[in-house]
Amino acid sequence: MNNTDTNNRANPVSSPSVKSGGAELQYIELYSQHHETIKKHSADVLNEGRDEAFKKFCALGFPDSRLENYKYTDLSESLTVDYGLNINRVRFAVNPYDVFKCDVPGISSYLYFVVNEGFYPVSTPRNETLPEGVIIGSLKTAAEEHSELVKKYFGKLSVKQNDGLVAFNGTFAQDGFFMYVPENVTIDKPVQLVNILRSNADFMANSHNLVILEKGAKAKLLVCDHTVDDVRFFSNRVTEVFVGENASYEHYKLENVHNKTTNLCTLLVDQDTCSSFLGNVITLHNGLTRNTVEIDLDGEHCETLMCGMALSDKNQQIDNFTSVIHNKPNSHSSELFKYVLDDSAKGGFTGKLYVAKDAQKTQAYQTNKNILLKGTAKMRTKPQLEIYADDVKCSHGATIGQLDDKAMFYMRQRGITEKEARLLLMYAFTADVIDNIRIDALQDRIKLLVEKRLRGELSKCEGCVICK
Amino acid sequence: MLEIKNLHANINGKEILKGLNLTVKAGEIHAIMGPNGAGKSTLASVLTGNPAFEVTEGKVIFEGKDLLELNPEERASEGIFLSFQYPVEIPGVSMVNFMRAAINEQRKYRGQEPIAATDFLRMMREKKELVEMDNKLTNRSVNEGFSGGEKKRNEIFQMAMLNPKLSILDETDSGLDIDALRIVANGVNKLKTPDNASIVITHYQRLLDYIIPDFVHVLYDGKIVKTGDKYLALELEEKGYDWLK
Repeated sequence: MNNTDTNNRANPVSSPSVKSGGAELQYIELYSQHHETIKKHSADVLNEGRDEAFKKFCALGFPDSRLENYKYTDLSESLTVDYGLNINRVRFAVNPYDVFKCDVPGISSYLYFVVNEGFYPVSTPRNETLPEGVIIGSLKTAAEEHSELVKKYFGKLSVKQNDGLVAFNGTFAQDGFFMYVPENVTIDKPVQLVNILRSNADFMANSHNLVILEKGAKAKLLVCDHTVDDVRFFSNRVTEVFVGENASYEHYKLENVHNKTTNLCTLLVDQDTCSSFLGNVITLHNGLTRNTVEIDLDGEHCETLMCGMALSDKNQQIDNFTSVIHNKPNSHSSELFKYVLDDSAKGGFTGKLYVAKDAQKTQAYQTNKNILLKGTAKMRTKPQLEIYADDVKCSHGATIGQLDDKAMFYMRQRGITEKEARLLLMYAFTADVIDNIRIDALQDRIKLLVEKRLRGELSKCEGCVICK
Repeated sequence: MLEIKNLHANINGKEILKGLNLTVKAGEIHAIMGPNGAGKSTLASVLTGNPAFEVTEGKVIFEGKDLLELNPEERASEGIFLSFQYPVEIPGVSMVNFMRAAINEQRKYRGQEPIAATDFLRMMREKKELVEMDNKLTNRSVNEGFSGGEKKRNEIFQMAMLNPKLSILDETDSGLDIDALRIVANGVNKLKTPDNASIVITHYQRLLDYIIPDFVHVLYDGKIVKTGDKYLALELEEKGYDWLK
């Protein structure tokens, strides 16, 4: 309400249908009173499952750390904040080009903006040459203009999730980003989606993204998360991705947000036969971050590579919860996650691997390596393998350690200062995650940002106008 | 150049050096021999400032400066180089970046500008030839996957790149076959000038056939118990260390 007079702010009112007496109440009240408004400002296709999602949320509530899957994510503090929601879809008076200064230099991309949860309808000249048949834009608009197409995919993965945050998103998300790549079409350049959070008051954004690659299609999406204003943000995003037969999709998420941000991202991927998926979630600067990734391999001969990296300090929290589900035989998946944690930062990694009984000849590998720079930093890592097939190759490995003393001394003996030696070692530690970025300009940019971050020159997020 | 007086040093509370004295002048090569556990490698570690060792007594003056006051990187930049007995593998740090960082940090310490890229590359090429090092090795991570011989050659290559005043070669001959030994020794000899000095730590006389020392010292139980010329090494080879007890 501080922001625009049409913002709705929920009032905490007791309600008998609630699972717990916690933070859920005000949102349940909000939906009960304003579901008409919420639906009015969304699209029919997106509204279909809304009431069901609401019921589910009422039953599940927000996840707390007593749940096995949320052991390493503690939302309790974030949920005490009284966030505003923009259910009337008032357009924020912002020009993303003024706000967004940290474009990746040298990257030639199709560039799009989502401000809070609304797609920003600005077409840049370089977006005008999209290949024939490709649709990129607002999910709400797509749901209106291509309702059959959106209906076929929307919510198909999220509805299966038994997760309070996904249900919450299904209740409140009214719009998001949409990308459709038709059969055998390759998008020649990476698509860059910049998510900007901006508000004058504490703000909550719920967005739903949908990415569809038909048979033989190829695309790369780079998602950059940024915060602009010095207020508390709570972002809860669900992204559904369908990678069709023989299709190839790369998904990069670069997070560079301020430490008052709670950034919850659920990435749900469905892979068809012979498809390939590369995911890379890079957290350079954050507050509290949770990446839930679920990759369903629903065809044979799929290739999956899921990478991630986090550089955290102060009181930042980062939890990557990943599941790779092999439903069919002959697929290959691997995971690589690396964390460098300083101060009192807390990290979590879960690597769930499920190999169904019929998924013979599965090859699945998983690695999580972590460096704790101080005794006060904490890392929890958990491989969780469920294998029901008997002819598979699976392995997992996790390490938590400090920088190698011997290597440190070796470098210092050559004249390299302690500070510089630490930097070189940390940088080297993250190198293999960066090497898995298959967009050259982005790789260079990330290298630079990681170096700056490790040098402490990125104590706030890069590129913000507000952060100085 | 270097003056060590009554040096005592501990590791984990155990005294290893027990009053060691040694003077090294520019242009000299000193060999230090002695049985296992005598403190040879400890001496190398203490001179280079390895934080695992604690100096409890004594003085080390290097080029007029109190060496023990300096941290490892400052000692390196003052011109002390250690060829490690066990060179460390550093995955992810390329030889090129490592070498460039080392040279530029040392230059910075001396108030010089960073080395020009073309000069650096030329220097890399020249020094590689000196130790007959494979081109491919410098494109790899520091020592990662190098054979024993390649690691030792890499140490001498780094020595050539950094051009130290005092080089300490700690068991540089261990794990080397005769050909590799000749190449390494050849590199050391070529780098020798009237202005620099070397301390060669070795178990065996073999290396001293290639690198001819001006002095041979016997280190025994934390002290130098005998000093002689190169013939002392031959005598030790024949008689062992027992007669010195």
